[in-house]
Amino acid sequence: MIPLALAVIGLLLFSGLLALAWPARRMALRVSATGMGGACLLGLIGSAQSLISGTAPESLRAAWSLPIGELHVGSDALTAYFLLCISAVSGLAAWYGAGYLRAYTDRRATGVTQALFALLLASMVGVVIARDAVLFLVCWEVMTIASFFLVTFEDERSEVRRAGWVYLIASHVGVTALFVLFGVLYRHAGGSFDFARLAGHGMQPGAATACFLLAFVGFGTKAGLWPLHLWLPDAHPAAPSHVSAVMSGVMIKLGIYGLLRALAFLGPPTLWQGEFLLGIGIISALLGVLNALAQHDLKRLLAYHSVENMGIITIGLGLGLIGQVRGNPTLALLGYSGALLHVLNHGLFKSLLFEAAGSIHHATGTREMSLLGGLARAMPVTALCFLAGAIAICGLPPLNGFVSEWLVYLGAFRGATELGGGAAAASVAVIAMLALVGGLAVACFVKAYGVVFLGEPRRPAVAPHDASWSMRLPMALGALACVGIGLWPAGILALVSRPATLLAGAPGTSLDLPATVAPLTSVAVSVAALVVVLALVRVALLRRREVRSAATWACGYEAPSPRMQYTAASFAAPVLEPFAALLYGKRHEERPAGCFPERASHEVHHGDAAGERVLVPLVLGIARWLGRSRAIQHGRLQLYLVYILITLIALMAWQLSRTPWRP
Amino acid sequence: MTAWTDLGLLGVIVTDLFVLSTTRIGACIRALTIQGILLAVLPPLLHGGPGTSGQLVITALVTLLIKAVVIPRLLSRAMRDAEVRREAQPFVSMHLSGLLGVSLVAFAFWVGRALRLPIAVASDLILPVSLATFFVGFLVLVSRRKAITQVVGFLMLENGVFLFGLCLTRALPFVVELAVLLDVLVGVFVMGIMIHHIRQEFDHLDTFELASLKE
Repeated sequence: MIPLALAVIGLLLFSGLLALAWPARRMALRVSATGMGGACLLGLIGSAQSLISGTAPESLRAAWSLPIGELHVGSDALTAYFLLCISAVSGLAAWYGAGYLRAYTDRRATGVTQALFALLLASMVGVVIARDAVLFLVCWEVMTIASFFLVTFEDERSEVRRAGWVYLIASHVGVTALFVLFGVLYRHAGGSFDFARLAGHGMQPGAATACFLLAFVGFGTKAGLWPLHLWLPDAHPAAPSHVSAVMSGVMIKLGIYGLLRALAFLGPPTLWQGEFLLGIGIISALLGVLNALAQHDLKRLLAYHSVENMGIITIGLGLGLIGQVRGNPTLALLGYSGALLHVLNHGLFKSLLFEAAGSIHHATGTREMSLLGGLARAMPVTALCFLAGAIAICGLPPLNGFVSEWLVYLGAFRGATELGGGAAAASVAVIAMLALVGGLAVACFVKAYGVVFLGEPRRPAVAPHDASWSMRLPMALGALACVGIGLWPAGILALVSRPATLLAGAPGTSLDLPATVAPLTSVAVSVAALVVVLALVRVALLRRREVRSAATWACGYEAPSPRMQYTAASFAAPVLEPFAALLYGKRHEERPAGCFPERASHEVHHGDAAGERVLVPLVLGIARWLGRSRAIQHGRLQLYLVYILITLIALMAWQLSRTPWRP
Repeated sequence: MTAWTDLGLLGVIVTDLFVLSTTRIGACIRALTIQGILLAVLPPLLHGGPGTSGQLVITALVTLLIKAVVIPRLLSRAMRDAEVRREAQPFVSMHLSGLLGVSLVAFAFWVGRALRLPIAVASDLILPVSLATFFVGFLVLVSRRKAITQVVGFLMLENGVFLFGLCLTRALPFVVELAVLLDVLVGVFVMGIMIHHIRQEFDHLDTFELASLKE
């Protein structure tokens, strides 16, 4: 497993170098994408095989020239599972990216972009195999910096630069917490950065609490959990679509990976940790989906859905922790396996959706939903793929999102029935909230799909075309993977059960995960059959009848235009009304006045409540406070020299006054 | 022998204080020339003897050439070209800067006493004088407005470093000594070009106004 992971890293870096060195840009894209695809295929097959056969944990140490830490890599079921997720999503995204970037070859250094993409993938593999805190943080930083440069791909646009800075700053706030975390752990482990030794030490409850919060800030920032998600809705729309796909599909999941690893260092889990994660998960899921519903930019909408889905994953983790603490291994297993499976599922359907959004952007030049419409006819493959992703993300059968959400539901029901006290109440809250979030997600994707793909084009001028084959094929494969997992969940559960058992820690459960989800196959098949039957009924009803295409009935109005269709905002408004208190909505109205009104307008914008009410004032306050120190940065050469002189004299006087006087 | 060295070192201090207390730039440059001559003479006085090595003589000659001939000439020319004769508005008044200079010299003597060097020093005065020259040069650098006087301050600072190196001459290789001299020469060249450009661009030599280049 380790030689395989190292080979994947090597092949990825080599592909990146090829992209830089190859003279012809288009060919460079193709060659490097092939290399990356090959690396990901290798990683996919290797990790799947290791998960099925259950190879023992491995470890490899080597000397390195840094004074701290050690070059220590290793693999276990969790590593193998995350390698599987990285490979599955990144391979398709790399393939798609080669097609996506082809339109930019005459304007930009696409080779550099491709090389950075390869670096991002390689560093993600590095993060999951690292077994030493220093090595881990190095890979983590490389991942952040590579993705920062990818986010700022279109750096001539000011909002892209802004998104890049926000991302960079947020990431570094997070990584600062990680530095402190590993520093504390280092002292507790008696001066070692080795993961094996970090895990072996018990902690005082106080220190464990502090470390848990540090880990939450550090890894939660990357994972985009509320309220640390603020970088996410800016960065994902700014990045090229294949990069958004990888960032949203896998990179933010490494925050979950880090959190799981860090939990192992904090000694036995406690109930409040589980309930804390449960609460954060619920808030993230609810606010994520509400904000998504309020967005007008397609990729921003998808970005907020990432917050929602990370919330669902966190709910699964919380359930798992509670199960562990309360000695209910079945609950733990259900929670962890739901969370882990959702990591893979979300990676698949979210990258699919981002790629579809990228194809739309490619074809029409906009991501603004109120300018799109009727794309299903012009882009049938993209429309079908987006539909598959949309059904999957809503957690509806027969697609894969249903399977993982169902596992979380099962866990929550078990928690509600078998546990007592606060844990049971929390489980009931999870069930209610998951149902609410699911319903809102359906509303959101009905809106997104309906406004973008159905109806008439709102801007008549553009004549969109479907994406090239190099973009359509990876999307189709991603959609097939979603359908495949939905139809045959037992197969994927065979891969999930090993890492989930590793996390749950207790082998004492009789729960057989593949058998648990086996009935879902029949559910999925019957839903699919129902769809087919309905389609056949439609065909039968329409036979020997005249089919006409005509404008929708416009309530008697003489000259309807495409602009009179339902807009995204008008569709979402009634759903959002009850939640107005949770959203930071701004409304500009100019009501029609008089008998012959000349102009009228109505605009609604939704900001992020956590951002605009809490974090932005906080950050501005800190900036104002720190801004006072700018007084010493005045640009006066002489005064800078005075600083040096005074420092020099003070140091000399201080140091020499401590030595005895020489007569 | 020691009497002569001490006399030379005291001469260095006198030139330091002279530069600090005059506004005429021409006088500053002349004082710097005298300091350069003293610095060129001091190494043979300190380390020379009947068996004086050729290296010591060469260093002395090169030092004399650069510090007492080339650099003052460059500075005089820069002064002529730029048509500045006086340091008009120093940040620190002449009286105060004299006072500050004297207290810095006192501080330097205290530090020179307290500091313990790993090797034996030829004269007790070298260390305090080198530090004093260093500090006074720094003070000139900090308190003067015109670019030329700033160069003078920088050169005095460098002279202080040179004197400090003199304490360690046996430990400091000949090549390093010469390389430092070359560095200083290049530095003065660069500053000469800078002065020229500042003047061309802004029609004055006031470095304080450079702050307007801030973002």
